[in-house]
Amino acid sequence: MKKTGAQILCESLIREGTEVIFGIIGGAVLPIYDTFSQYPQLRHIMARHEQGAVHAADGYARVVSKAGVCIATSGPGATNFVTGIANAYMDSVPLIAITGQVAKAFIGKDGFQEADITGITLPITKHNYLITDVRELAKTIKEAFYIAQTGRPGPVLIDIPRDIQQEKAEFIYPDKIDLPSYKFVSRGHVAQIKKAAKAINESSRPIIIAGRGVIISRAYDELKELAEKAQIAVVSTLLGIASFPGDHILNLGMLGMHGTAYANMAVQNADLIIAIGMRFDDRATANTEGFAPRSRIIHIDIDPAEIDKNIPASTPIVGDAKTVLEALNREVESKNHLDWLSQLEQWKYEHPLVDIGKGHDLLPQYVVRQIYEATQGDAIIVTGVGQNQMWAAQRFIYTKPYSFISAGGLGPMGFELPAAMGAKVGCSDEVVWCIAGDGGFQMTIQELGTIREENIAVKIAIMNNGYLGMVRQWQELFYGHRYVDTKLWNPDFVKIAEAYDIPSIRVKYREEVAPAIDKAMECPGPFLIDFLVEPEENVFPMVPPGESLTKILEIPEGLALLKR
Amino acid sequence: MNFNTKHTLVALVEDKPGVLNRTVSLFRRRGFNIQSLAVGTSEQPGLSRMTIVVDGDSAMVEQVRKQLDKLINVVKVSDITNEGIVARELALIKVKSNTSTRSEIIQIVDIFRANIVDVAPDSLTVEVTGDEDKVESLIKLLKSFGIKEISRTGRIALTRGATKR
Repeated sequence: MKKTGAQILCESLIREGTEVIFGIIGGAVLPIYDTFSQYPQLRHIMARHEQGAVHAADGYARVVSKAGVCIATSGPGATNFVTGIANAYMDSVPLIAITGQVAKAFIGKDGFQEADITGITLPITKHNYLITDVRELAKTIKEAFYIAQTGRPGPVLIDIPRDIQQEKAEFIYPDKIDLPSYKFVSRGHVAQIKKAAKAINESSRPIIIAGRGVIISRAYDELKELAEKAQIAVVSTLLGIASFPGDHILNLGMLGMHGTAYANMAVQNADLIIAIGMRFDDRATANTEGFAPRSRIIHIDIDPAEIDKNIPASTPIVGDAKTVLEALNREVESKNHLDWLSQLEQWKYEHPLVDIGKGHDLLPQYVVRQIYEATQGDAIIVTGVGQNQMWAAQRFIYTKPYSFISAGGLGPMGFELPAAMGAKVGCSDEVVWCIAGDGGFQMTIQELGTIREENIAVKIAIMNNGYLGMVRQWQELFYGHRYVDTKLWNPDFVKIAEAYDIPSIRVKYREEVAPAIDKAMECPGPFLIDFLVEPEENVFPMVPPGESLTKILEIPEGLALLKR
Repeated sequence: MNFNTKHTLVALVEDKPGVLNRTVSLFRRRGFNIQSLAVGTSEQPGLSRMTIVVDGDSAMVEQVRKQLDKLINVVKVSDITNEGIVARELALIKVKSNTSTRSEIIQIVDIFRANIVDVAPDSLTVEVTGDEDKVESLIKLLKSFGIKEISRTGRIALTRGATKR
């Protein structure tokens, strides 16, 4: 039976297992929206801004580990997707972004709401398509999902002209993929794995650096087996945080610019680094010149282009983390590196995170800690970008693979609220906390409307310090204390929440924190807490920009050293 | 050793709209200047072969090669710089001429085994094929007569013998 392009799209999405679509209607997608009523199994969530829709689909995809789907109209709708698509590309999130386009005959004529979105998103998508024939639509959607979800995942955009949505074609959903030029390697090279195992067996100071690739490939059991069998401590990148249990004795926390001192010391003193599903981002390595000077490096990644990109590997293994680790674990000998592990323990003891004390002042780290206490770690934490993100990374103990959702690569402020919304939609049984900064929160604040309308029970904690805090911290440390344009005039967030009919409360002192969090958790729907935190609290430890990981400043007093 | 040198990349790509854009855009994104680029159909239907010449150190060129290889429409891409290759370029050169210089130009063209493909009262158009050095030498010699226009294809290349890229 012949179906319209819009129907073919919906049928294909259903066949790919899509349950939720985040989007905003507009002129060039009217035919698609018009068919939604025929497909009640597709839940459409109407965002308030396309950036909200795309971040929501991203947050959703990260927790359910299948492609998130978002839809926008042509021109401005499509260009509003750009930040979210770039973010998904940087963090390897599978995403299907569908955009309407002006009718075929008007393409290239600068018509109303026309934008060359396939041209614009060329460098920030894994692949993109402009549909020119309705008969190609089903095949393209099949390919798009396959490309987005396999190998190193990423966003795929499909631009569909308005007339194609109305044209009819025979609907046959292909059961096979015909993409001879698309390839990825799953199994690691056997000789390389043997070489890596030998290096691990011979090493005396090994360290694992686990990245998001471990989570994407669901290799946490294999990672745990490797760590326990060969007794190797694990540090993680920001996005790899939940890949290894936070309460495990071999866990050293995050490395990098705001990593723990002992994780960075471990990396700098290791004789072998086993890097798994991570890409040696500059926030993780700091100055690459001084990175892990005494170490050989085994680099396991599914993307061959990541090998030798930032840090040269002595033993590269291209492949899927889970498959490679399975093979590697068979070759690795049981070991105990008692001297090395006790050295690490000692560093852990001697260089803890900054003590947040017992004072009356409301420190943001204390808030994160209290959310941990209240949830016992059984929650999904979605962060913004900046200080709030680092405190959430440092102070919560993550024990579940999908419990930490954060925009690491692109770092778009405003990710938190829509992504938390998407995460909650994806995991409705989980408690979802959105840890927001007062700056970033205002970049996508309009999604409070979506949250209220759909009654998405996100708990929002605004770390309100009245500043664009991370930038203020840099101004304090590196720009002579000159706070240019970082002080924020803020609205009354409690009143804002009230206007959106979302229950809320303001917290000024430590003793109010736990009761407020309890109140939020007891509330069946969304809840907002405006935490008026210490305005000039800084994130420590910190590796100053341009320095190597060895130059980590652990405590605020370290500033004096910096200024000397 | 990493030092800047000319690299010849050969890519087999799908013959679809936008593929050239995707490929070239990647060089821009990674900060490479393309010295020459030639595209044409290959022996396999639906596939084109591109020859790209870029300047860069080996590690950077290898990084861009791997990034190119990730493009969905790129079937295969190889850096054939250090392999036995046959490389050619074609140039069309329009030289000013008159009755007194015409025969001298024709002599030079003969020495280079080039061809005259158009004769006009005040110009000759020369077609030359060869490696870049040969083309450059001929252009240098013809300069004294006055060159009106040049059009060059850029390098196209294949590996020698049985290896197929």
